[in-house]
Amino acid sequence: MSGWSVIRIATILVYLFLFAPVAVVILLAFNANQFGSFPIEGFSFRWFEALWNNDAIVRAFKTSLLLGVLTAAISTTLGTLAALAMVRYDFPGKRTISTLLVAPILIPEVVLAVALLLFLQFLSMPKSFGLLLMGHVVFTLPFVVLVVQARLVSIRRDVEEAAMSLGATPVQTFFEVTLPLMLPAVMAGMLFAFTISFDDITGTLFWKPGGVETVPTQIFAMLRNSISPEINALGAVMVIFTIALPLVAASIARVMAMRKVGASK
Amino acid sequence: MADRQNAVELHNVVKRFGEFTAVKRIDLTVPDNSFVTFLGPSGCGKTTTLRMIAGLTDITEGDLLIRGKRVNSLPIHKRNLGLVFQNYALFPHKTIFDNIAFGLKYRKVSKSDIAEKVNKALDLVQLPHVADRYPNQLSGGQQQRIALARAIVIEPDVLLLDEPLSALDANLREEMRVELKRIQRELGVATVFVTHDQSEALAMSDKLVVMNNGFVEQEGAPEEVYNNPASAFVADFLGHSNIIQANLGSPDAAFTQVALESGETLLTTDEQTAKAKNSKDVRAVIRAEKIDLSEENRATDGVTSIPGKVKTVDYLGQQARYFVEANGRDWQVINPIDAHPHKEGADIFMHIAARNCVLLPGHQD
Repeated sequence: MSGWSVIRIATILVYLFLFAPVAVVILLAFNANQFGSFPIEGFSFRWFEALWNNDAIVRAFKTSLLLGVLTAAISTTLGTLAALAMVRYDFPGKRTISTLLVAPILIPEVVLAVALLLFLQFLSMPKSFGLLLMGHVVFTLPFVVLVVQARLVSIRRDVEEAAMSLGATPVQTFFEVTLPLMLPAVMAGMLFAFTISFDDITGTLFWKPGGVETVPTQIFAMLRNSISPEINALGAVMVIFTIALPLVAASIARVMAMRKVGASK
Repeated sequence: MADRQNAVELHNVVKRFGEFTAVKRIDLTVPDNSFVTFLGPSGCGKTTTLRMIAGLTDITEGDLLIRGKRVNSLPIHKRNLGLVFQNYALFPHKTIFDNIAFGLKYRKVSKSDIAEKVNKALDLVQLPHVADRYPNQLSGGQQQRIALARAIVIEPDVLLLDEPLSALDANLREEMRVELKRIQRELGVATVFVTHDQSEALAMSDKLVVMNNGFVEQEGAPEEVYNNPASAFVADFLGHSNIIQANLGSPDAAFTQVALESGETLLTTDEQTAKAKNSKDVRAVIRAEKIDLSEENRATDGVTSIPGKVKTVDYLGQQARYFVEANGRDWQVINPIDAHPHKEGADIFMHIAARNCVLLPGHQD
C-alpha cells in the first residue's frame, strides 16, 4: 500500500467520524418506528408532523429565530462601527479596547456565562430576554469585529479621500464607497452572529429567564426525559437550516453581482 | 483683485505631527494656469504640503489660500479640487462612467449634462469606449487616465497630482507624462504635481519647487533651477554635480579665478561671483555633464583643462559615466559617447568652461 492511499483512507475515516452522526440523525428522522434504532422500518414524515404540532418546540423555534435576528442586527451594527473606529481612527487606549473586544472568543464560554450571571445578581437585576440578548451580543461581537476589520484594512484610505475630494461629505462617502466595499464582510459577520446565536446552548442555559426556551435548550430538556424521534427530526431541521442559510446568502450575493455586470453590458 | 491671481498661496505654513515637524514654514504660490512641481526625496514634506492644500491634513500654523480665499478650516469636500493618487483610487464597485460622474452628482448637474461631460472627459483622456467597464478590467495606465478624467470633469480650481506616474512602468510613464502635460495645457487648470523623479519634474513644470527636510530649497523655472542651483542639495539632487570647496581670486579682465581646495584653478563669470556676496570662501559646483572629456588638451580662453586618469566607466548606451581621478580627487563626468567610450586607465583632460563653474556661498547650507 502506497503512502497516498493510507492518507486517503485516514481522511475518509476522519470525515466519517465527523459526519456519520449527522447522517444518522437525519436518517432516523424519517424512520417510521417509535424507537429510533436501526434497521429503519419504513419511511415517514410523522416526526416532522409531531414537531410541527409540538407547541413548545414551535415556541422555542420562534424564540431562537427572534434572538438570532436581533443578535445579528445588534452585533453587526456595533461590530462594524467598532471595526471602523479601530481601522480608521487613532485614539488613546485603542489597543486595550481592541483586545477587550476580541476577548470573549478567548475566554471559555462557561466562565463568561457564569461571570455575566454573577454580575447581574450583583446588580440585583432579574434575568430577562433582554439580558439573554445582551449575552449573545457579547459572544458574537468579536466575530463581526474580526471579519469586518480584516476587510476594512484592505480598503485603501485614498479611495475614500478621492470621494471626499469630489464633493462627498464623510457620511456620503461612507454610504457611497466604504459600505458597499465592505458589505460582503458585514454580511458574513451577520451570518456568523446569527448562526452562533442560533446554536448556542452554554450561555443560554445560564442566562435564559424561566419559561423561555431556545431550540438548543428545548432539545436539551427533551433529552432529559426520553429520546423521542422528534428530536431527530428537530436535529435534521436545524442541520438543514444552518447549512442552507449561508448557501442561500452566497447565491443571492452571486445573483446580485451577476446582475450588476449584466447591467453594464 | 488682480485679473490674474494665484490659484494657491501658502503663507508661513507649518505642519507638525506631535514632536516631528514635517513642513517648516513654507511660502509658496501656484499661479493660475501653471504647472507647479514639488520635487524632493521621500520625507521632504512634499506630499504633506499637497495634503494640506487638499484638506486631507490640518495646517498647524500659517495660511492657505485657494483663489484668494483663506481655506485653512474648509473641509476637503467643499474645496473643489481634483485629486489624483499614485494608486489611482478608482471606486472598484462602480463602472467607469459612474466613477467619472461621481463628483458631478454633488454639483447639481442634470442627468443629460452628466452624460455629456463624462463622455467629453473620456474623449479627452482618449478612452472613449470604456464607460461600461469596471476599473479592474482596465490596465494601470488606463486606470490612471480614468482617475485623471474623474478629477478634471468637475472643473476643479486646482488639480493635485500625488506621484501619479510612479506606479506605471517606464515606457507608459513617459507616454502618460506627455499626455498629462497636453491635458493640463488644454484645460489651463492650475496644477500641483508631486514627484521624486527629477526627469518628470524638469520635463513637465512651469515652476519647480525643490524641497528638502521640510524646507523649500529653491523654486523657479526648471532651466533656472537646473543651471543655477541655489544650494548644494539642489545641485546634487538634480543630476550629478562635483561640489568642491574653493577660494575666490581677484577678478580678471573677463573672468574670475577660483582656486579649488584640491589644487586646480578654474574660471568663473561675474554673474557667479556676485552670488559669493563679497566672501572669498565659496563652493564651486560643476555638473557632471558640463565637463568635456578629451584625450588632447583643448584649453582656450575661458576654458580650463585639468589632467586626470579614467578610473571607472559606466556604459549607459548614448552616454557614459566616468570617475576621473585628478590630484587625489574623484570627479564625476557624464559625456555622450562618440563611437567608443574612453577606456579605463586612460590619461585624459577635463575641460570646464567658465560659465559652467557655478558658485555657492560659504561652507554647508
